[in-house]
Amino acid sequence: MKVNRSIEEINEKIKNGKAVVFTAEEITDLVEEQGVAEAAATVDVVTTGTFGPMCSSGVFLNIGHPRPRIKLSEVHLNSVPAYAGIAAVDLYLGATALPETDPANHDYPGGFVYGGGHVIEDLVAGKEVRLEASAYGTDCYPLKKIDTTLRLSEINEATLYNPRNAYQNYNVAVNLGPKTIYTYMGILKNNMGNANYSSAGQLSPLFNDPLLKTIGMGTRIFLGGGIGYVAWHGTQHNPSAPRAENGTPQSPAGTLALTGDLKQMKPRWLRGLSYLGYGATMQVGVGIPIPILNEEIMKYCAVRDEDLMAPVVDYHRGYPYKEGEPLGLVSYADLKRGMIKIQGQKVPTASLSSYAGAREIAGTLKDWILGGQFTLTIPAAGLPSVEAGIKLNALPQRDPENQEDR
Amino acid sequence: MVKQKIVLRYPPHVVEQPTIYHLIKDFNLMVNILRADINPKKEGRLMMELSGKKIDYQRALEWLQEQGLHVMGLEQQIIWNSERCTHCGACTVICPTEALVFNRPEMTVSFTDDKCVVCELCLRACPARAMETLVDNNNSQ
Repeated sequence: MKVNRSIEEINEKIKNGKAVVFTAEEITDLVEEQGVAEAAATVDVVTTGTFGPMCSSGVFLNIGHPRPRIKLSEVHLNSVPAYAGIAAVDLYLGATALPETDPANHDYPGGFVYGGGHVIEDLVAGKEVRLEASAYGTDCYPLKKIDTTLRLSEINEATLYNPRNAYQNYNVAVNLGPKTIYTYMGILKNNMGNANYSSAGQLSPLFNDPLLKTIGMGTRIFLGGGIGYVAWHGTQHNPSAPRAENGTPQSPAGTLALTGDLKQMKPRWLRGLSYLGYGATMQVGVGIPIPILNEEIMKYCAVRDEDLMAPVVDYHRGYPYKEGEPLGLVSYADLKRGMIKIQGQKVPTASLSSYAGAREIAGTLKDWILGGQFTLTIPAAGLPSVEAGIKLNALPQRDPENQEDR
Repeated sequence: MVKQKIVLRYPPHVVEQPTIYHLIKDFNLMVNILRADINPKKEGRLMMELSGKKIDYQRALEWLQEQGLHVMGLEQQIIWNSERCTHCGACTVICPTEALVFNRPEMTVSFTDDKCVVCELCLRACPARAMETLVDNNNSQ
C-alpha cells in the first residue's frame, strides 16, 4: 500500500487547518471518480453519523448529598425510577425506564408518553427535574426521605453511559400476521403492509469500519451533540455475523458502548421517544471519525447503500418466538427508495433512524475537525472483531428446583 | 359551488341537536362526514366536507355559529411541530392520505395539511411526538 498515514500525522494536519475531511456520503462519489488509491492519498478523515433509537442508553448521576446525608434506595426523577444500587448518592437512569403509574400495555397499545429518555432530554435542556427519594436510614446516612428539584448544572457528575449503541446493521421489520402489531420497530401493519428499518446505511459508523480496524476503546466521537468516547464493545456485540465480500455484515453485528459528559451535550441529539405499544426510549446522535490510514480503510469507507444488505425479519412470529429464518436480504438503497420487494410483494418502507440527522451529524463532525477543535485519538485497545470468534448465547431455561450446582 | 373541509366543535349543551339534518334539509348542502367523536366532557367534534352553493354554504356557517357551534378549518386540527420532528419517517407509512410524506433525496418529512383528514394515526405513530392536536378528545393522549 502506498498510503501509510498515522493518526499523529492526521492530527498535525488538523491543528494546522490542512486536514482533508469528507463525510461517508460525500466520499462515495470521490472514490468513484478518482479510485481508492488516489482518494486515500487525498483524504485524511471520513466522518460518519447515525441518529436512531438506542434503547441501551442511560446516564450515571451523582446528585450530591443533602443535609443530613442520605443513602438512596428508591429514587424517582420526574416519577421515572432510577437505579440506586450503587454508592449513596450515585444513580443510573436508563432510557427505557417508566413510571410505575404508566398504564403500559394494560391500555393496549400503550402510549408510553414519558420515560427515562425524556428525563435525560429534559436534564440536557436545562429543565428543573423533580427528585423524590427514600432510604432506610443508617448511622452515617440518617435522612430517610427527600422531595426536591434539581437541574443538570447542579448535579456533580452526569456521565452518559450507553451499553449498546451504533448497531452495525439492523433487521428490517415486517408483520406476516393478520393484525397490526406495535413493536420497537414501530407500527407494523398486517400482511406486510410496511417494512421498517433502522440504520443510516452508508453513513452509519460501523458500516464504514466493518472489521473495526480503526474504531477502538478510547476513540473520540460525536455523542449527543457533544464529545464522547468509545468505552468498550457494546453488549450483544457479534462480529461473527455473516458477511458480504466487502466485509460488511448482513445481519445485526458489532455494537459500541459509548460514554461522555452529559453536561456538554444537546437536547437536539438526545431525544426522548415513545413507541406505541412498546415503550419509551431515546434517540441518540452518534458520529465517529474514521482516519484514512491506508487504501484498505478508504475502500471500506467508500461503501454505498447498494452494497449494504439487511435481513427482513417477521415480527409477528419470527422475532418474538425465534421462529424460522429471515425472509431475505434487501439493500439500503432499496430501503431508502421507499419500496422493497419481499416474496414477490411490494412493500413500502419507513425508517426509524433519521438519515437527515445522520447527515447533519457527519457534517458537524467534519466541521469540528476542519475547524481544528476536534482531533483524533489512538485507541487504547482494539475491539473484538471476526477473529475473536464470539458466539452469542441465549438465556438458559432450566428448572431452578433442580439446580445442578447444589 | 364551494367544497370545504371543516370541523364543528359542539359545546355540551348542543351536542344532541340534529345539526346535519338541518344542513342538508334547510341549506341544500352535501355532507360527507370524515370523523365524529364526543369526549367524556360531552363536547363533540365533527369533521366533514361540505359542498353546495356558495350562498347556502355561507348562510349555513352563520346558522351554525348562531347555534353555538365553533367552526374551524380542518387544516388547523393537526399540527406538525417541525422543531420536534427528527425526520425519521416512521409516520409516512402510517398516514393514509399522504399528508405526511418522505422527500427523497433530502430524506426529510413534510406535512401538507390540506391532505390531512384528521384520522390522528400520526399522533401515536410519531415516536418523537412531533404531531400535535389542538383538541383534547381524551382518547389519543
